[in-house]
Amino acid sequence: MAQATLRRGTGERAGAAPPQIRTPAQLAWRQLRKHPMALAGGAVLALLYLVVALAEFIAPYSLDFADRERFYHPPTVLRFWDAQGISLRPFVYLTTLEDPQLRTYRADPTRRYYLRFFVRGEPYRVFGLVPGSRHLVGVDPPGRLFLMGTDQSGRDQFSRIVYGSRVSMTIGILSAMITIPLGMIYGGVAGYYGGRVDNLMMRLAEIIMSFPGFYLLLTLAAVLPTSVGCTTHFYLITFILAFLGWAGFSRMIRGMVLSIKEREFVQAARAAGLDDFRVIVRHILPNTASQVIVVATLGIPGAILGESSLSFFGFGVREPCASWGNLLTAASNLPTLILSPWLLFPGLFIIAAVVAFNIFGDGLRDALDPRARTS
Amino acid sequence: MLLYVLRRLLQLIPMLLGITLMAFVIIKLSPGDFLSEMRLNPLVSPETIERMRENFGLHQPLAVQYLRWLWNAVRLDFGYSFAFQVPVVWLIGSRLFNTVLLNVVGFAVAWALAIPIGIYAARRQYSLGDNALSFAAYVGISTPTFFSGLFLLFWAFKTGWLPIGGMTSVDFEFLPWWGKVLDIAHHMVIPVLVVGVFSIAGLMRQMRAALLEVLRQDYVRTARAKGLREPVVINKHAVRNAINPIITIFGFELGGLLGGSAILENVVGWPGLGKLLVDATLQKDLYVVMAALVFGSVMLVVGNLVADIMLAFADPRVRYD
Repeated sequence: MAQATLRRGTGERAGAAPPQIRTPAQLAWRQLRKHPMALAGGAVLALLYLVVALAEFIAPYSLDFADRERFYHPPTVLRFWDAQGISLRPFVYLTTLEDPQLRTYRADPTRRYYLRFFVRGEPYRVFGLVPGSRHLVGVDPPGRLFLMGTDQSGRDQFSRIVYGSRVSMTIGILSAMITIPLGMIYGGVAGYYGGRVDNLMMRLAEIIMSFPGFYLLLTLAAVLPTSVGCTTHFYLITFILAFLGWAGFSRMIRGMVLSIKEREFVQAARAAGLDDFRVIVRHILPNTASQVIVVATLGIPGAILGESSLSFFGFGVREPCASWGNLLTAASNLPTLILSPWLLFPGLFIIAAVVAFNIFGDGLRDALDPRARTS
Repeated sequence: MLLYVLRRLLQLIPMLLGITLMAFVIIKLSPGDFLSEMRLNPLVSPETIERMRENFGLHQPLAVQYLRWLWNAVRLDFGYSFAFQVPVVWLIGSRLFNTVLLNVVGFAVAWALAIPIGIYAARRQYSLGDNALSFAAYVGISTPTFFSGLFLLFWAFKTGWLPIGGMTSVDFEFLPWWGKVLDIAHHMVIPVLVVGVFSIAGLMRQMRAALLEVLRQDYVRTARAKGLREPVVINKHAVRNAINPIITIFGFELGGLLGGSAILENVVGWPGLGKLLVDATLQKDLYVVMAALVFGSVMLVVGNLVADIMLAFADPRVRYD
């Protein structure tokens, strides 16, 4: 409240705009709108999470769909013209394997398979509830639409990337959901009590921060039981990422709490007879909110990269689950990669997601930082 | 100062105890060990396996095994590798050099390029060049090293300009000494490029941000008002003060020297510590994993310490007591 009154006050002195009270959120949004790169990053993220939510609908094929006769199939060429003339609607040809050694496919130009939107395909359930069978794009069988080629068993890579986004895009958020409350409480308690409690708690956090990150990640992930299902395995990986992430975060919160606890409103809360826990949770921690949002946004890409590196080595998310990292495992064999360079596509999605998170996070930081505001 | 260094080094002891105990327990609790894979091998007799169990002390209770390992480790004896049948110290020593070589060259390239680029970007904030560089830096820090490594290997194959993977050619042994140096340098181009681009992106962003912060200060305006020439203002007044956070990063990178390129080493087949660790983890080669973790942690702490000491020299305002 005090902040809002203050801002109105300066506004009146300037005499330009009519006095208007804006909430901090409105101010931040106004600032963010001036940052086209950050908005673009936000838009990419929104699009990716839309894909996460509607994976069944967007993917032309299901996660385990495999066309055994078309392994390492190159991305299907969308054609607009052929000997029969020009078509405004793109179409594809049916292909057959020509040389299994070099994995070349021959297209049969006698029949066109037109690209259709909202086609009927394999049935699915949206969110496990609503049944459906329409897919965003597709071609009539026996035609095949492999937008980004296929892997060694003829599974459509684009569909698997779409399903894989569920793992890759949520793992960061899930691990942040563990890291943030834990780090806030831990850092809050250490900063609030200070002295020996603080000293002891911070030494412990420093020990965890001093672990050589990737080595430990690898060791922990490598000893996870192999017998559990790939979904359980995914949660365990999330847990490991969170376990390594909370310490640095709690240190930052502690630093902020150290200065906040000296402010008058904290003394007022204590004078009013609130117990320590309530003072920390209700009065101190809310004041760290904007930094927490920024750190979370900038921390998520770290978790995405961590997951993809682990999965790439086969220690993370395992088959038959798909994640962008474990899809790239197929590209790690150089002879395979040279014949089938489209196996690198999942990497572009990792880069796009991580760039978007970083740019959006930086924009958010500028927007939430009152000092960086340009009126 | 000396007291501070001592205290930091003392902190290493509980930390190493914590990390080794944890690693030990985790590896021991996981199902199967190195010998269980050997048991599946029909060429190895059960007696041999029993003798190996005896030799490695694997029949003793967990606590005894850990304490024995610890006692030996204190005397710098890190045990034998199950897989290679040589002392772990030998194994790590030979790999350590390769990892350090790769990273030191990578850092040298990164630092030589990142600082001037960062200064350039900060001096022309929001210009076309700055925006393009900033976006390139975003892509640089967001590209997983295994992806850029794979991409460069693919490109190397297509163009045929660079060797694909490994550290030496087949005929390495027969080359004269300058040929050997050239051969390794040739093989290093791809890994150095990957390590370099990744750290250039991060460093350049930090340098740009730090310099922008300093350029807003009053003393920079004063320096300009005094009529100093622009290069003097930038290099002697601004950069000198903007370099502090970069020094901290230097220490951090020094600490990450052993772990930083682990992923890349596996992708491009560079025989370094990271590759050793991944192989050892896969084979459950317990003592190798433990030793690699210990070396990695010590390096991290020492790196951060060196950064703090360097900072105290570079910036007289920094005091430790």
